[in-house]
Amino acid sequence: MSSASAPPPLSVVVGDEELLVDRAVAELVAAARAEEPGVDVHDLMPGQVTAGKLVEVTSPSLFGERRVVVLRGVQDLGKDLAAEVTGYLTAPVDDVMLVLVHAGGAKGKALLDAAVKAGAARINCAKPTKSGERLQFLKGEFSRAGRQVTADAAQALLDAVGTDLRELAAACTQLVADTEGRIDAAAVARYHTGKAEVTGFTVADRTVEGRIPEALEQLRWCLAVGTAPVLINSALAGAVRGLAVVAQPQRGVPETELAKAAKVPPWKLKTLRQQARGWTPKGVARAMAVVAETDALIKGAGRDPAYALERAVIEIAGARNQR
Amino acid sequence: MLGRVSVFDDLVGQDSVVDQLRGAVRGAGHLLAGGAGEGMTHAWLFTGPPGSGRAEAARAFAAALQCPESPDTGCGRCGSCHQVLAGTHPDVLYVRPSGLSFGVDKTRELVLRAASRPTGGRFRVVLFEDADRATEAASNALLKAVEEPSPRTVWLLCTPTAEDLLVTIRSRCRLVTLRTPPTGAVVDLLVNRHGVDPGQAAEAARAAAGNVERARQLATDPAARERRAEVLGIPARLDGTGACVAAAARLYELAEAEAKATTAGLDDQERSDLKAAFGEGSTGKGVAKAVRGAAGALKDLEEQQKRRATRIKRDTYDLALMDLAAFYRDVLAVQVGARVELSTAAHRADLQRVASASTPESTLRRIDAVMACRARIAANVHPQIAMEAMTAALYQG
Ligand SMILES: [Zn+2]
Repeated sequence: MSSASAPPPLSVVVGDEELLVDRAVAELVAAARAEEPGVDVHDLMPGQVTAGKLVEVTSPSLFGERRVVVLRGVQDLGKDLAAEVTGYLTAPVDDVMLVLVHAGGAKGKALLDAAVKAGAARINCAKPTKSGERLQFLKGEFSRAGRQVTADAAQALLDAVGTDLRELAAACTQLVADTEGRIDAAAVARYHTGKAEVTGFTVADRTVEGRIPEALEQLRWCLAVGTAPVLINSALAGAVRGLAVVAQPQRGVPETELAKAAKVPPWKLKTLRQQARGWTPKGVARAMAVVAETDALIKGAGRDPAYALERAVIEIAGARNQR
Repeated sequence: MLGRVSVFDDLVGQDSVVDQLRGAVRGAGHLLAGGAGEGMTHAWLFTGPPGSGRAEAARAFAAALQCPESPDTGCGRCGSCHQVLAGTHPDVLYVRPSGLSFGVDKTRELVLRAASRPTGGRFRVVLFEDADRATEAASNALLKAVEEPSPRTVWLLCTPTAEDLLVTIRSRCRLVTLRTPPTGAVVDLLVNRHGVDPGQAAEAARAAAGNVERARQLATDPAARERRAEVLGIPARLDGTGACVAAAARLYELAEAEAKATTAGLDDQERSDLKAAFGEGSTGKGVAKAVRGAAGALKDLEEQQKRRATRIKRDTYDLALMDLAAFYRDVLAVQVGARVELSTAAHRADLQRVASASTPESTLRRIDAVMACRARIAANVHPQIAMEAMTAALYQG
């Protein structure tokens, strides 16, 4: 009856990454169900485990019904219960498939060692600590869904979402559902976090750098993917504010306060200062006026917000070299 | 409040208005006695610059119309007068739009309630403050009521200027025009009625430039004085684009804080009143239905509160911007050597500095920038963006 892919009678799932642990246990249970759909599953937290319960779930049954017993957090089992489990390992029951879940620390390590010694299959579920491991995880996620992802897209997703595997997995699911074909960086930018702001910021950055063609291209694209004009203008306002703060900084104001006034993290002041080269106070003041005019046009004083923004991009970029 | 012999005593520097209203109250007495009621009519429009006391004048008039004790002046001491002045009189309907506009549904409801007979036997009075906030549809509903008046209903509408109202409504109203009260009259009011010391009163009255409510606030609320001093300190500090951003951010913060301080207590009180009215915590039949009704009512209330917060913020920005404009108007007076009362005299050193460092032409451009900022905020431009453009223009001169 058993086949090559039959689940092992004894496994240990070791590690502190909940998503991976849950998945490993779920796969083992699924494999057992594939063998025998009606299998009983006892999934027990440490608090639910008593000596009586252990005896009940691990005793041979009269008719040989198969059971899956999952003991979670075995490092937290009391000394006596741990001894009971170790005792079972020396005399396992045929009908029982046992899965021990261990957090991976030093606590309760004797039980873990005993299980491995008894021939347990070991599945590691430690939290990935290096970004290479997280990239590997992302690629795995996409390939599970039968999709490919470019290296820069995976990196962009990692940058946007962070290190939590559950959130990364959710982001992958969203991208898989929302896109077709190979997933590239543009898809990540378009379909993932903060897309409106990110793209509005690009328009604003190109504008204050005086790069009119790129700024206009970005603007068109931004509007085409449905970014609200008011958000784009708010990004322009932010960029111009940043210039104003660093172009003529208030005397005696520390860097952290400047960053706060410019609404950027402190390390970004360097970028702002680069952008501020070529800007005179007069030009900055003009740009501030343009931003306010544009906000009024977008809020209803004008008929065409898209044109109001194009005009803003050109006028702000043009104010850059104003003497 | 100190002693009062007539409800009209609170109307500062408005002698001709008081004469007009006293005459109307006498006429109203004749009307109730079955006479022709000369001097009285059923629709009134109170206009005047901000702080001149439009609503106060209308309220005093309403009290005098209802007062059973001293029918030609309104005694100011009887139960009826107290109720009108406190806003609890059963025959005086108060309408004070909490948001930026007042809709047609509410107006229709108001017209219906206004038409019923007075419970106390005298008049049914509607006191509609900021009637200019009525939407176009609401104004048309209002027009019908003013065209076909119920015999004992009196409409008192208040707007900044007569032009703020539909011409068809305006033409059916008798006009009461309040003036900017002279500083001396405002000082007297602050000293005699609010017990403010004369020096403080004089400074507050000058600073408020005829706005009685603002003068009272400045004389009695130290936080309001501090905010004003901070606003007036801005022009002298604008020495670079960084300072422009900081000043705009500070103005924004001050307005947000002010709105929060004004609304927070009110919001909580209203929420708990509403919950109490719906019997929160009770059990039994019909509770589920009541809870659903309460959720809807609570949502409406929150909407209203949001609109009110927006309005208070705008009013606060406006106050700050008017203070700034007053500063530059004083700068202009100094520059051209005009001998006028300076409303920002307490900041004389800053005035002198800005005046000698710029020309009258640039001062005019600066006043324009302040006015443009007011217009932009009224047109829904993000206040911080509008104020950054303004501070930048003030800096450039
Ligand atoms: Zn009375």
